[in-house]
Amino acid sequence: MNWGDRVSPTVRAIPPSGIRRFFDIVAETKGVVSLGVGEPDFVTPWHIRESCVYGLQKGYTAYTSNYGLLELREEIAQHVNNKYGVPYDPRKEILVTVGVSEALDLAMRAILSPGDEVLVPEPCYVSYKACVTLAGGNPVIVPTTLENEFRVTVSQLEELVTPRTKALLISYPNNPTGTILTYNELAAIAVFAEKHDLIVISDEIYADLTYQGQHTCFASLPGMRDRTILLNGFSKAYAMTGWRIGYALSNRDFINAMTKIHQYTMLCAPITGQIAAIEALKHGDGDVAKMVDEYNRRRRLMVEGFRKIGLPCFEPKGAFYIFPSIRETGLSSLAFAEQLLKAEKVALVPGEAFGASGEGFVRCSYASSTTNLTEALKRIDRFVKNCR
Amino acid sequence: MQELLELLEKDHTLTVEQLATMLDKSQAEVAALVNRLEAEKIIVKYQTIVNWEKAGVDRVTAVIDVKITPQREVGFDSIAERIYRFPEVRSLYLMSGAYDLLVMVEGKNLKEVSQFVSTRLSTIEGVLSTTTHFMLKMYKESGVIVEDEEEDRRLVVSP
Repeated sequence: MNWGDRVSPTVRAIPPSGIRRFFDIVAETKGVVSLGVGEPDFVTPWHIRESCVYGLQKGYTAYTSNYGLLELREEIAQHVNNKYGVPYDPRKEILVTVGVSEALDLAMRAILSPGDEVLVPEPCYVSYKACVTLAGGNPVIVPTTLENEFRVTVSQLEELVTPRTKALLISYPNNPTGTILTYNELAAIAVFAEKHDLIVISDEIYADLTYQGQHTCFASLPGMRDRTILLNGFSKAYAMTGWRIGYALSNRDFINAMTKIHQYTMLCAPITGQIAAIEALKHGDGDVAKMVDEYNRRRRLMVEGFRKIGLPCFEPKGAFYIFPSIRETGLSSLAFAEQLLKAEKVALVPGEAFGASGEGFVRCSYASSTTNLTEALKRIDRFVKNCR
Repeated sequence: MQELLELLEKDHTLTVEQLATMLDKSQAEVAALVNRLEAEKIIVKYQTIVNWEKAGVDRVTAVIDVKITPQREVGFDSIAERIYRFPEVRSLYLMSGAYDLLVMVEGKNLKEVSQFVSTRLSTIEGVLSTTTHFMLKMYKESGVIVEDEEEDRRLVVSP
């Protein structure tokens, strides 16, 4: 019996994550220096871990409110208001989720009807298109290019918007490119969203990892608070990926709708992670600042490294990725990644994993020690020389 | 300057080239700054942290609380110097509280350290009393966890 036939056609039609495929190849290779990891190399700061241990000792092991612990929501409200000047009611406008991934899924399911279109600038995080599809929507890809440092522009969006367009899904600082948008660029997108009455889902998980200028929160733009579903979490800034704590902020109708799905499917985010997240917000600012400084120094090492190797890349201003072009080698991004792994045992992620417009590029994460980065750059240099 | 010092304090094997890139400065600038900091003894010394126990070398370290009588004109400094000049003394700090000097002494074995305390240290004029604590295990030294079981547990590739 072929059970595959019994899998829903929607799920069958979705390609598996490109990263997953490459991961299987990497997993078989030993002694790899990896620039392929999309998470901090820091372990969660000790005081945050310790607060979780204390919580467990005190018996915090039960369900929480569907929305998440009120204390955490209050801390989130205060944090976002202090940082970006956008007020949210912790009782009605904040939902604590199992990472931003869940929040993204909930947002899509809460707003999309079958056939609704969502504008998705590309290259983008691997799950965006799949999330839209699984929620019954149609992702409409907005390709961006190196020439424009992978910024999405209003004129590109205007070309692809249709009467069926319901939402726009953006993420700056961006994974995989490290691109950030300025206030003015985002403000132009806000005007576009207003004009076409679109909902904007803004995934700002890398907001704190901005190395030049201030991060602009999309919800802080004029008129955008209620139109935006703002997603953020603890994974990147506080090095808390495995804790799986994210949050969504929006108008009460959207949060109410998302909470309805969340209560029937997830119930609540794990209490252990929520307790740790409270500690992170209360006392974690110093840790974030230190990690950001460290990433920034590594970022400079990588930019300089790729400049010397001679692979074209723009200077990423956010997240912890650099996205050099490998076109001149004549290889596809997957072939480049595979051959580099084989020849030099360096793992990075082929750009095609982030959509067709990522083809011709590779994503290198600098969430790794200076020693590893230096070694990886040396090996990539050797590999590229041999390609020439 | 502070950032440079922090980087070197953590890892002095970083090259001038690496430091310059990381700090967004020119190599000449960084080299000159490092030279100046060394000359001014702001950078006192570059050292290595060794886990001697793991190296299989027997060593004994004692932490000794020392009470002393401060002397006219020089206060504690003169006695402190008489103590820290001994090569057996690894560190010496002036403390507030129940005693005055905290002395860390290193020796091959218990006997050697005891002998140093009884014949050298406690006999110095102005030393009123000593309390010797032998160190049993080194967990963390100069900000570094000696046997850190935390390792990179991340997947090799992730989105």
